[in-house]
Amino acid sequence: MKVRAADFLVYDQEKGVYRENPEQVVRDDVEKHYWLHVVRSIAKDWRLYLMLVPMLLVFLFWRYFPMYELLSCFKVDHSELEVSEQLFSGFSYFKTLLFGGDALSVQFWRALRNTFIISFYGLCFGFPLPIVLALFFNEVRSNGFRSVLQVLTYLPKFMSTVVMTSLVTMLVKQGGTTTNMGILCQLLVRLKLIPYEVGEGGLLNQPSFFRSLYEISGIWEGAGYGSIVFFAAIIGISPTSYEAAQIDGANKWAQMRYVVLPSILSTIVIMLITRIGGLLNIGYEKVLLLYKPETYVTADVMSTFAYRYSVEGSGQPGLGSAAEMMNNVIGMLLVLGSNVIARKATNTSLY
Amino acid sequence: MKRKLEITELIFKIISYTLLTIFALACLYPFVYALSSSISGRHAVEYSQIVLLPKDLQFEAFSSMFSNNSFWTAYSNTLFITLYGTIWAMFTSILGAYALSKKRLLFRKFFNFFLVFTMWFSAGIVPQYLNYLATRKVFQAVGIADDKWLVVIAMGMAAMNIILLRNAFEGVPSEIEEAAIVDGATEMQVLTNVYLPMSKSTIATVALFFGISRWNGYFWARQMMLNQNEHPLQVYIRLQLERYTNPDLTSGWNEVYATDSAIYALIICSVIPVLIIYPFIQKYFAKGTNVGGVKE
Repeated sequence: MKVRAADFLVYDQEKGVYRENPEQVVRDDVEKHYWLHVVRSIAKDWRLYLMLVPMLLVFLFWRYFPMYELLSCFKVDHSELEVSEQLFSGFSYFKTLLFGGDALSVQFWRALRNTFIISFYGLCFGFPLPIVLALFFNEVRSNGFRSVLQVLTYLPKFMSTVVMTSLVTMLVKQGGTTTNMGILCQLLVRLKLIPYEVGEGGLLNQPSFFRSLYEISGIWEGAGYGSIVFFAAIIGISPTSYEAAQIDGANKWAQMRYVVLPSILSTIVIMLITRIGGLLNIGYEKVLLLYKPETYVTADVMSTFAYRYSVEGSGQPGLGSAAEMMNNVIGMLLVLGSNVIARKATNTSLY
Repeated sequence: MKRKLEITELIFKIISYTLLTIFALACLYPFVYALSSSISGRHAVEYSQIVLLPKDLQFEAFSSMFSNNSFWTAYSNTLFITLYGTIWAMFTSILGAYALSKKRLLFRKFFNFFLVFTMWFSAGIVPQYLNYLATRKVFQAVGIADDKWLVVIAMGMAAMNIILLRNAFEGVPSEIEEAAIVDGATEMQVLTNVYLPMSKSTIATVALFFGISRWNGYFWARQMMLNQNEHPLQVYIRLQLERYTNPDLTSGWNEVYATDSAIYALIICSVIPVLIIYPFIQKYFAKGTNVGGVKE
């Protein structure tokens, strides 16, 4: 910090002498008796601090204690190990998962790959669509009609994962002796997009359809609701900007390119950071409700892998914790990294 | 020149209207289909004759569901969890967010970081599961044997919602607060009489978020509630779905409605309360979810 003389001395014009800056005296006092100052202001505002307590306790007990519990992935039973192995024994779960070479390790790598693929598809298809929807909403001039459209498109977001996955399950279910196949299967068969036998088998039973079903249902669920933020940014643009562009001879596309896009860029960047931060936090609930042993090949992600090995049945908590630890550390690095890049590139950052 | 401008605009407008309408109908369609299927006759459902409107009306699927006691148990459990869960979450969040919105709060940066960090890094399913198991032991030792209270108190907090509230409170001009204090208002009165009325739209939105997530909660309820009488509606629906899609049951099925209708009827019943409340609060969304606090 730069120290300036004016911080310490001020010129007293009446007496014509320099004397101590009274503000700095207070500042010095606070610095000298910092803890006294803390105690005093807490005593004065104790109600304010009391208000914080319930929230802090909830987060401490049920958000931070699990993080401490996560360290169990480093806790290995030492008694069975040789002395020479004990030094790095804390990493034995990681070693088993990463370099085990057996079925477990193969499943781990499969889950890691699936996590990246599913979230990458989600980013490619799920992220731009809400922006496009917001641009479309902006074109609808009638307020009533737009409200109706908005209410309908936000709607799926408020359905539970159970309801959503039940609907998906029913719409693509297999045909059997007593019931016919799901209506979406029938539509796809009629349009000759899939052969009859494939529809007959039920799309959820076949690994090759899992990711598309996952992404499409995700878009169905979230695209409309995701457009709210962008739409709010677009209607915030001053009409004079459009008028100026029109006078300069800009057509619709040029207006999009030079007026709308720059105005909502900061919103896009922020939403992108948020999105990348949650990239590896795939909704395990949805995957758990949709996948089956037959589709593990394409559907099993890190959290479901951890769940199967550590929660279901008797379980090995250390193993699942180690898998999730890796997943979440990568996720945190992604969010912090994208934040730094965004700040460098566009001067906008979330944190 | 003028004419060319109109044509590009017109094309874009037509595209917007068409695609938006299609998407909106696609969002609505599964629910209409579910409703129609739940009240259609068995033959029509099993041979996929339902496309949009119901056929061979029957209401047996609904009436047999309503006559089932476990359905009502599940429904009342969900109501319990939603009501108390939302109250508890709003109570802790509003108090916390109010304190965080005050510039004079010491260690404000630390408390904010304490919240935001949970958005970057979460422990994951397994440690959380172990943590809830431990919490249950503590709760039982204290004398709260009902797992419903575990779900209400320990689950469902969201840092994002607290930040939304905090930003709304920060937007209230401090002059109004000072005026209230001069008039002799206590801290609590300032909160309830000044801040809450002035950030109504955010409070409505956040309460809706909490309420919906409680109503829709499934995974942890299924993991933690071992007693069938405590199951909320979502767990009940899932168990029924697993039951009704089991070939052993479907082959010996002899009701006037199809097994599918039973599932669709359940889905409709779980969706209706959300459908009733949501349009009223929908208009606050754009205003209420203003994240703000962007560092430029």
